[in-house]
Amino acid sequence: MSTGTDQTFETVTIATLLDKVGAMRKEGYRLVQIGATRLPEQVELTYSFDLDNRLANLRLQLPAAEARVPSISSIYWCAFLYENELHDLFNLQVDGMAVDFHGHLYETAVKFPFGSTKAPVAKPAPAPAAGQPASKATVEPAASSNPAQPVSTLDFRL
Amino acid sequence: MARTIIPFGPQHPVLPEPIHLDLVVEDEKVIEARPSIGFIHRGLEKLVEKKDYVEFVYVAERICGICSFIHGQTYCQAVEAIMNVSVPPRALYLRTIWGELSRLHSHLLWLGLMADAMGFESLFMHSWRVRERVLNIIEATTGGRVIFGSCKIGGVRRDIDADGFQNMLAELTQIERDIREITKVFIHDNSVKARLGGVGVLSRQDAYDLGCVGPTLRASGVAQDMRQLGYAAFKDLQVEPITRPEGDSYARCSVRCEELLQSIDLIRQAISKIPAGEIAVKVAGNPNGEFIARTEQPRGEVAYCVKANGTKNLQRFRVRTPTFANLPALVKMLQGCELADVPVLVLTIDPCISCTER
Repeated sequence: MSTGTDQTFETVTIATLLDKVGAMRKEGYRLVQIGATRLPEQVELTYSFDLDNRLANLRLQLPAAEARVPSISSIYWCAFLYENELHDLFNLQVDGMAVDFHGHLYETAVKFPFGSTKAPVAKPAPAPAAGQPASKATVEPAASSNPAQPVSTLDFRL
Repeated sequence: MARTIIPFGPQHPVLPEPIHLDLVVEDEKVIEARPSIGFIHRGLEKLVEKKDYVEFVYVAERICGICSFIHGQTYCQAVEAIMNVSVPPRALYLRTIWGELSRLHSHLLWLGLMADAMGFESLFMHSWRVRERVLNIIEATTGGRVIFGSCKIGGVRRDIDADGFQNMLAELTQIERDIREITKVFIHDNSVKARLGGVGVLSRQDAYDLGCVGPTLRASGVAQDMRQLGYAAFKDLQVEPITRPEGDSYARCSVRCEELLQSIDLIRQAISKIPAGEIAVKVAGNPNGEFIARTEQPRGEVAYCVKANGTKNLQRFRVRTPTFANLPALVKMLQGCELADVPVLVLTIDPCISCTER
């Protein structure tokens, strides 16, 4: 029986990602999660898989600027949800998603890209008119390089 | 036949929390379902950059109001694994007891919601009446009913004395009697069977391939339960996954009914075996490393990915909640269903949007 501490991290590249994920699918692994970590110069992706309660992680590092990654949803269909999340919250471009929400999975008040790599720019508050209290500084999200697109017809078939 | 898009949610009588589905229908048959979330996205993962790793336990616990304790526990387990903290055995047992009480009140809440969705109002009221008794135990032992505030890195904050355990056992006897009465209706009543049987069938292979977790997965015949990892006190307790082969809404309901009795049994096992001793150890320094902790919440496996770089603030904190993992299966189940079955199908995965919108 696994104790939950059995977990491995294996580094992969974009070139080997799909082959490695395909091999895990053949071995019977279940996709647990896909997550991203924003590092100073890179975006670090972690693909976690489970087989008999053993956790195997694939680690992929991408340059932070214009990070792109191929979708694994052709291998694990359910990955589309994690990949749309990466797109909406981390501004990561995922190519070939089985279901692409075009930035509309997360219907947040702050439109895509919610997690732009650029920090929000704080504008100084305008000088208050005489007799008026000072207002708070307004914060605008950084400009999007990929403006939201309308949702296209989605294919949810496995 | 012309297609129509019917918006379902984010405000809907059957949804306690907001999620939106665009239902593409032909006549009364659902052809596609397009989910969208984010209506209450709180950015709690990002908050880890502002709160130090010790006080972040409070944030983790507030991810959800139903399985709050297990959220805090899983976070603590991840940090403790990174820092090689040996949690006292008594604290591990207390965590197990509070975690199973959480599962009890979560499943009873779900049974009530399902009864309400079926129009079975008296069953809804009975389910929630019993749930109140569980909440009373939680309040008596932790001081809170929703947020326990009992878990901390290195152990727990509160102990339960012998009288407290005796009172808990006596109350559990009454609760078990009530649960058996209620679940008898959920499992054997003809109207419940007719409403849930054969609705939203998810095959064993689909459930596994779609990454399902928890009762949704086990109701399709896959015997997977993170408690088998042996975290907390589960390594000393007898816990076998409860499964059903049918994969329909009735099976998902039955699994939760049986898990109620399983949780009571686990609490009794834990109380009979709990060792004496300390309930916490002092933790010094900052974490440096990475760990993915997984536990079994009422809705299934939760994964806490924690990465630390030796400072008081974690470098990354990510939660993959069970509802998020079950959403692809919901989309799959909705394809081809009758429009009238949509509320039932949405409920059968026991969606927790607070968890999803962490």
